Formats: sequence, C-alpha cells, structure tokens
Amino acid sequence: MSYVRLVNVTKRFGDVTAVDNLNYEIGKGECFSMLGPSGCGKTTTLRMVAGFEDLSDGEVWVGDRLLSSPKKNHYVPPEKRNFGMVFQAFAVWPHLSVYENVAFPLRIRKLDEKEIDQRTMDALKATNLVKAKDESPDFLSGGGKQRVALARALAINPDVMLLDEPLSSLDPHLREEMRFEIKDLQQKYGFSIIYVTHDQSEAMALSDRILVMKLGVVQQIDTPLNIYNNPANKFVFSFIGLSNFLSVKNDGSLVLPNHEGNIPQSFTLPERLVGEADLSLASRPSEIDFTTMEDPEGLHGVVTRKAFLGEIVDYQIKIGDQFMRVQKSRRDKGPEPGENCALHLLRPFWYAENE
Amino acid sequence: MSQVKTKSSFGVAQLILFLSIAVLVVVVAFPVLLILFNAFWVEDHFNFDGAIMILQQPATYQALKNSLIIAAMSTIGSTIVGTFFAWLVTRTDLPHKKFMKAMFLVPFMLPSFIGAMAWKMLLSPNAGFINQFFMQHLGFTGPVFNIYSYLGISLVEVMYLFPFVFIQVCGALERMDPTLEESARISGAGLFTITRKITIPLVLPSILSGALLIMLYSMAHFGTVAVLGIENGIYNIPTLIYERIHQSGGSFDAIRTGTVLATVLVISAALIIWAQRKILGSGHYQIIGGKSFRPMELKLRGLRMPMMIFCFLYIGFTILLPTVVIFLVGSLKTYGLSFSPENLSLDNFKFILFEYAVTRDAIVNSVTLGFTAAIITMFAGVMISYVIVKMKVRGKGILEFLGMLPFSVPGSVIALGVILAWSGQFGVNFYNTVWIILLAYIARYMAFSLKANSAALEQVHDSLVEASRACGATMWQSLKDIVLPLVKPGMLAAFFLIFLPSLRELTVSIMLYAPTTRTIGVAIYTLNEDGETVISAALAAIALIIIVIGQFIINHFSKKAGV
Repeated sequence: MSYVRLVNVTKRFGDVTAVDNLNYEIGKGECFSMLGPSGCGKTTTLRMVAGFEDLSDGEVWVGDRLLSSPKKNHYVPPEKRNFGMVFQAFAVWPHLSVYENVAFPLRIRKLDEKEIDQRTMDALKATNLVKAKDESPDFLSGGGKQRVALARALAINPDVMLLDEPLSSLDPHLREEMRFEIKDLQQKYGFSIIYVTHDQSEAMALSDRILVMKLGVVQQIDTPLNIYNNPANKFVFSFIGLSNFLSVKNDGSLVLPNHEGNIPQSFTLPERLVGEADLSLASRPSEIDFTTMEDPEGLHGVVTRKAFLGEIVDYQIKIGDQFMRVQKSRRDKGPEPGENCALHLLRPFWYAENE
Repeated sequence: MSQVKTKSSFGVAQLILFLSIAVLVVVVAFPVLLILFNAFWVEDHFNFDGAIMILQQPATYQALKNSLIIAAMSTIGSTIVGTFFAWLVTRTDLPHKKFMKAMFLVPFMLPSFIGAMAWKMLLSPNAGFINQFFMQHLGFTGPVFNIYSYLGISLVEVMYLFPFVFIQVCGALERMDPTLEESARISGAGLFTITRKITIPLVLPSILSGALLIMLYSMAHFGTVAVLGIENGIYNIPTLIYERIHQSGGSFDAIRTGTVLATVLVISAALIIWAQRKILGSGHYQIIGGKSFRPMELKLRGLRMPMMIFCFLYIGFTILLPTVVIFLVGSLKTYGLSFSPENLSLDNFKFILFEYAVTRDAIVNSVTLGFTAAIITMFAGVMISYVIVKMKVRGKGILEFLGMLPFSVPGSVIALGVILAWSGQFGVNFYNTVWIILLAYIARYMAFSLKANSAALEQVHDSLVEASRACGATMWQSLKDIVLPLVKPGMLAAFFLIFLPSLRELTVSIMLYAPTTRTIGVAIYTLNEDGETVISAALAAIALIIIVIGQFIINHFSKKAGV
C-alpha cells in the first residue's frame, strides 16, 4: 500500500535540472533510501518532500493529502506537514536544554503541559537521554546530539521521518551503532523513513528498498539484495560494493587489449549488446576464484601485488594492460606476486563501455 | 657531534619582551597611571573622598548622568536599527540587498562630528534648513525638531554607530547553520516563532557584543556632543573634561576634575570590556554549520516594496542628505544665502587648499601624523603581538595584561594622560608640539594594530616555522622568509586601520592642539565654533573626499592581498 507518493517530481535551478521526473511510492512503515554521489539530487528531493524547496513540476502526496503541486498552485509549508526530520549537522539548539529541544515541537502544537511532559520523557527514554535532559546539547558528543535530534523528531509521533545524511557527521564506530538504533526505533514506532545517504553500506543495512540516483535521474529502485545482485546498469554496479571493469573489444569475437592467453569460453554477450563494439566486463572482487591454468573458463593474468588486510587478502592481477582486484579469505591459498594465474569470474556482467 | 645550542635566542627573546613592555608602559600604562594617581593622591596622601566630592558637584554629576543617558539611548537605538537591518538584508527577499548592505556600512567611515555639523545645519531650532522650511512654507509656528537635545544627539549617534551591531549580527546570521532554523520549521513553528525563539536567541551574543561596543564608544565620544550639546548646556564626560582643561589653561582644579572624570571613564570601559569578553567567551554558541544550503528567506510579499522604499529613504536621509548639505554649504559664498547657482562656487575649496594657512597646515599635519603613527604603531604592534601569540618567554603575563590596556582606554583619557606625562613634570616637555599628538595617536590606535596583527599571527601555525627550521633555516631566516610574508596582510590592514581614522581624529587632537599643530578634525571643529561655517564645511567636504578615496584604495589592496 503506498503512503508517500512522488509523481513526476522535477526541480530545475536555472538551466540545470537537478531532479528529473522522479516517480516513486513508499509504503507505510517502509524504510526507503535515496542513494547516490553528492550532487545527484537526493538531498534536493528530500527537501522538496519536506517543503523547503519548491517543485518545478510534479506532485508530492502523503496518504490522500496533496502537499506540493506547482500546477495546482498548491503548497503546504514545512511546519504544516507533520514530518520528523533529522539533519546532517544535528541542528539541535544550543540555547535550549535537551529537554526543551525535544519539547519544542510539542509546545508549538500547544498541547497541555502534562502531555508535553509525558511525550518528551517517552522520546528521551527511547533515545537514552533521560540523564542528560537538563544539559545544553552543546555538552553532548556528536552521537548524543544526533540522539537529541532523533528524539525531537520522534516527539510528535510522525508518520514519516526524513533523515538527511544523519550519520555522516559521526565517527565510524558510532555510525554503525546509531544505524541499528534508528532501525529499532522504526520498528517500535512504525513510521516510514525516507533516508538520504551517499554511503551504500548504510543504505543496505537499513532499507527495505533503495533508490539509486545519478545526476537527477533514477537508475534503479529495488530491494538491497536485488540491487546488489542485479544492478540495472554500469553506474549502479560501480556504486554498490567493490567493482572491477575490464574494457573488451568486440569485432566478431571478444578481444582484451594486449592480452595473451586464455579467454573463458563461456563469455557470451547478452542479446542487447551483440552489435556493440566497445564493451565493459564487470565483476566483483569477492566473486572471483583462482582456477588452474588449464581450466577453459580461466582468464589468464599475472599477480602484481598481494596485500594482507586481516581477514581478507587483496590481489592485484594484470590482464593485458588492465588491472583487476581479487579478494579472497586469508584461509584460501593463493598465488604469489609475479606468478601467472587464472581467474574464474563467477558472475560476470556485461555493459556497453560508454553507457 | 657538535653541541646543540638550545638557548641561543634567549637573550634576544628577553630583549624583545623588554622592548614590548617598554613601549606599552611608556605609551599607555604610564599616562593612565598618572591619571589614577592625580585623581586620588592629593597633597601627599590618598584622598578618595575628594574624588567623590568632585563627582558630587552639580556640573560633574550632570555630565556623568548625561554620558549615561546619551550612551543608553544611542545603544538601544543602534541595537534595534542594526539588528533590524541585519535581519532584513540576510534573512528576507528584500530587493537590492547587496547594495543596501554596502550602504549600511558607509557610516563606519564617515566621521560622526561632521555628520553632527550637517544635522546642526539642517535641524538647529531656528536656523536649521528643515525647521526653516516648515516654519516659512508650511505655517509651523515653532521648529519641528530641536537637534540640540538628548534625543537629537542620540539619534545622530545612532546613525553613525549602528554599523557596529549591524556588522556583528550580519556575520552571525550569515554563518549560522540554516538547518537550525529549518529543524524548528519542520517541528511546526512558523517564521515569526522561529525568529523569536530560535534565531534571535542564537545571535543574541553577537547583538550584545555589538551593543557593548557602542556603549563603550558613546560613553567616551566627544564630537557629536561637542557640536550639538554644548550649545544647549548638555555636557558629557569628554566634553566637560575638554571644557575645563581648555578654559582654565591647565589649572590644578581643572586637571583634578579631569582626572576624576577620566577615571570614571576608564572604570566603565573596563567593566564593558569585561562584560563583552564574558559574553563572547561563555555564551557564544557553536552555530556554524557543515552543509551550507541557502538559508531560508522570509518572503516579505506585500511588504517587499514598502521595506525597500523604507531602506532607500533611510539611506537617503541619514547618509546622502548630510553629505549633500556639507558639500552645498561648503560651496556657498556666505552662510545664510540660498542654494541657488549664483551663490555656489568652488572658491572656498581653492581657498582652504591653497591660500588659507590654517587649513593647509591642518591637512599636512593630519597626513604626516597619521602616516607616522600608522607606521610606528604597525611595527610596534607586530612585535608585541609576536611576543604574546608566539613566544614562550618568562614574564609574558605582564605583557598580556598591558596588551589589554589599549582596548579599554578611551581617547579623551589618553589625551589627558599624555598631558600629565609629557608636559615637563618628568623632564620631557612635548606640550604644544606635534610629538604629544603623535604619542597620543600611537596609544589610541595600538589596540587596532594588536588586533589585526595577532589575528594574522594566530593563522601562522607553529609547524610552519618548525618545518622551516627543519629545512635548515635559522630563526631569523624563518621569521623573514616564512612568518613575515604570511603576516604582511595583517600588517597592511593595521596600517590602514590606523591611517584612515587618524585623518579624521578629533577627540584626542582637540585636547592637545596648539595654534600650529591643528589637525583636520580640529580645524573643522574650531572653524565651525568660530562661526566660519562655510570654510569649515568646505574642509569637511575635502576630508570626506580624502576618506572615501582612502577607503577605495584599502578595498582595492585588500582584494588583491586577499585579506
């Protein structure tokens, strides 16, 4: 069942189209991430949903409530949208105590004192802030500040929570901890989340579905697993997880530049790429096995570097004049630098070179 | 291995520290101490009651009260005006915001006593142009506004002092993380509530710090009150000190009254500075954000055009009108004639630039004094700041304390102090020479130089010098090749920060001038007092031109140097 709906949402700044004809629907209680490199339009989209940016075209709906529609000249200001929102730079108010920060949205709604106190304390309990309630948030750590921001957003019991890179100002170890705290809070309160991030592991860990965006255009919307396993295009493949790309020429048969040695027999192009001359062979470093030099499925190369990263051993393999990364567990025995080797690509993907 | 000399610069460090302390003692501390000494030490014994008695005399008590009244009114007025305009140009969709912002900073460079003169010409009760216009053409029986009043003086001060608050609040609002306001908005607060509950409280430290600066300035301000108050018997502390010293020719009683009043100024200045540091130190929130989206702009909608017209009217009325009046009156053949083309000429300007010795000397005096003071203060400031910011040497604490002094000693106090110190009692008599003015300028502007230079030096991280030493350079080579080029913009800034204001200086010079050592400010003021209104206005016009050109040169340089 769809709850938040974006219909043909478009944003133009002068001649630049920052968000181009975006359509998606989010179910109630769903956690939906918008993922992409900086400048891809994900934050602009979130700010349009929040009401901080006007739409150039399209509509934003929540339930049966129309929030923005330039065509119908309809616009609900942010303060009337009833969203919770958490910002990257925390945006907690240093002149108010932790308690007053959280109580602020409730006081604005003119609830009676008893209810304000109860809901504020509930939100503070849920975020482990009861002890710090009378302090200024200036004295809290980054994680503490972000908890205050979360509690403040929770206090109004929102249907939709907008999170704008909420963890990227935090230390890496705190980031993982907060990630699961957010997930727990969502399960407890049942709100929908729209989550903006450039960190794919964050998006993977939290989301029911992920939208990958590039230059204002949607590349793929799917579950984390499907996005990882079946990337819609070369960009999505490169943005999610580690990736290798090899240039391959196609003049009837497939040729790797300056490469002598075996090319796997099973390399065949998907239908849509048969006529394409310049191709790109994509693979993940963790989905490659070493095989024997005699294996007809082996891609021959030379080990140029072997780095021990703890649990993982990272190889650099030279294939023709191109390089590939291979990652194996430290328990697998692999070749040494300078040795010839053969690679078995478990899940090769083919894309046009200039996609 | 050869022995490493660890204390090779020990002697040099001590020498520099000693020199720095000496400069500050001679120039600032000694004169100020003499004031305190003279205020409380009478006939070989400590006399506190005597000082209190002087303050209880009707005239001195009134001057104290006046200083407070005028400072309070000016501070409140400037804070409201400055905060309002700052909010308008940073947080609304007011048209021509950039232009407005530049214009609101113009009063910074205009001397307020010249503005006061212009307002006297416009609004003096009987002869003011505006009052006359209302009485002659609109049938008013009396003046519409009397500028010779507390309100008049305070309003003129507001016109010239509000940029102190404006610039501080603008800076705070521009640097403030916009998501602090957006998060209030998404919490359900409207723009009015956000401004009241979030924005204003967050920039309150900046507002208060600007307000205290204005308070400090206004308490000790001479020019406006001298031009507009004395006529109606309104004296504040600096004008009363001037009046007493000037009339009595330096009698014991006058000096004593002066020192007691000056002591009051020093104490209130110290209190204000202390309060300001406290506000800036503890109450200053970290409100600078990471991600910078455009801050939200309040759509003024129906008020957009009226607000723009209001701003233009304000600029026209407070900046353009007084300037035009000064230029027009400066071109008149005789004061009192109408502004018709046949009464206007450039003769006055020719006269003061080429023929009249008093004004010609004044211009030469001001330029040489300003230049010399700026050069000396700039170099002394670099040396002292270097010791305070960079050097680790015993006895630095004394210098740090002395370095605070220049910030809290008002101009009229310095003038009185140098009179006490350098008119013969201690073997050196500079009285009635340019040297005493030069010493006073150095003391007065040392604070500017210390501020600009220590800011520049703090930017130069110690590791830069350490890297240079590691590359094999000696301490002196590192200073010359690394530190000096990096602090050059700060030094240049210090030079201009001193040179330009000294061209229009009045508070100090008026206490120290002799017939041959008038400065531009003194010449304008005394000519005006003597009834030479047109000549005085013409000189004021020339001063304005010099100041504006100077400001252009600074802007040009600082753009090039990237200051």
